[in-house]
Amino acid sequence: MAQLTLPANSKVGVGKTFPAPAGAKDVRAFKIYRWNAEDGQNPRVDTYEIDLADCGPMVLDALIKIKNEIDSTLTFRRSCREGICGSCSMNIDGTNTLACLKGIDEVKGDVKIYPLPHLPVVKDLVPDLTQPYAQYASVEPWLQTESLPPPDKERLQSVEERSKVDGLWECILCFCCSTSCPSYWWNGDRYLGPAILLQAYRWIADSRDEHTGERLDALEDPFRLYRCHTIMNCTKTCPKGLNPAKAIAEIKKLMIERR
Amino acid sequence: MKMRSSLGRVRGLGSAKDGVGHWWLQRLTAVALVPLVLWFAASIVCQAGGDHAAVTAWLASPFPAITMILLSIATFYHAALGLQVVIEDYVNHEGLRLVAIAAMKLACFALGVAAVFAILKIAL
Repeated sequence: MAQLTLPANSKVGVGKTFPAPAGAKDVRAFKIYRWNAEDGQNPRVDTYEIDLADCGPMVLDALIKIKNEIDSTLTFRRSCREGICGSCSMNIDGTNTLACLKGIDEVKGDVKIYPLPHLPVVKDLVPDLTQPYAQYASVEPWLQTESLPPPDKERLQSVEERSKVDGLWECILCFCCSTSCPSYWWNGDRYLGPAILLQAYRWIADSRDEHTGERLDALEDPFRLYRCHTIMNCTKTCPKGLNPAKAIAEIKKLMIERR
Repeated sequence: MKMRSSLGRVRGLGSAKDGVGHWWLQRLTAVALVPLVLWFAASIVCQAGGDHAAVTAWLASPFPAITMILLSIATFYHAALGLQVVIEDYVNHEGLRLVAIAAMKLACFALGVAAVFAILKIAL
């Protein structure tokens, strides 16, 4: 059944407050979700007051500043800090996005930071992505062919054919979209979710791939594909400006076309 | 304890190879309902103020009777398809979902038959 309230051991309490240093000029409060599997306590929201005059412009800069200078126990994923690795996806100011691409000045008032919604939490802002990764593997995201590759060159693709995967290959698998989707919240065990369906369509749309029919067969399912009800949260939240909802619509069109 | 691999769990029972027909009929009935509901609303407004005899006489004539039957079939078919989606979305328990969908489909079918019967009884 859809969960409308949090279980008792998931209710979020109020945590510690780390005040800004004396003489801070431009103070902003960062309210950050904290949970540690090892201390046996409920999750809490800690408040960190940061002097923005002494901090980089992005939310990730503030998180790194907190971890380096205020509270080294704060746990989050990050790597490239320029929106290409997809590690620092989290819920900032009520929207799933990448901390490295979200400017602190884009948020009005306190900056509230939570892990991606409706995934098991490993610690603090780190969600367990085991299931989305398994779902990604299940769509076999690699080129599949029957014909042998030409011995002396790569498989050819016209400029026009190549343009069909534009808007798809840019996906960095941050899962902002899937974890913003109510259908994925309620039925994530069977619905593949927008990120995986966009990736599946990336191979369906690739002119070099020869397993389009098998790929459509694997998706033709009331849950795997048709849990998408065009809610559009995926497209609205994508930090890379992609359109997973359109990719899903294209898959549905192909399902009709091949009947 | 669950030791099955995550890929094994995700692949599960495999694809049902189904769902296109449901999706397509839901859209088709939705498109059919647009003119049917507009016609129905306009007709009811036109019948405003008429007594029982006038309204039944109107409904007994061929065009209103046929269109009302089409409206009833499209409505209950569309409702059954839509409610099935709602139940699949929100009822996770396998057995409960099966029972809920079966009960809902039988109810929609019975209501549709009752509506068509009522129209035919007036019209014929």
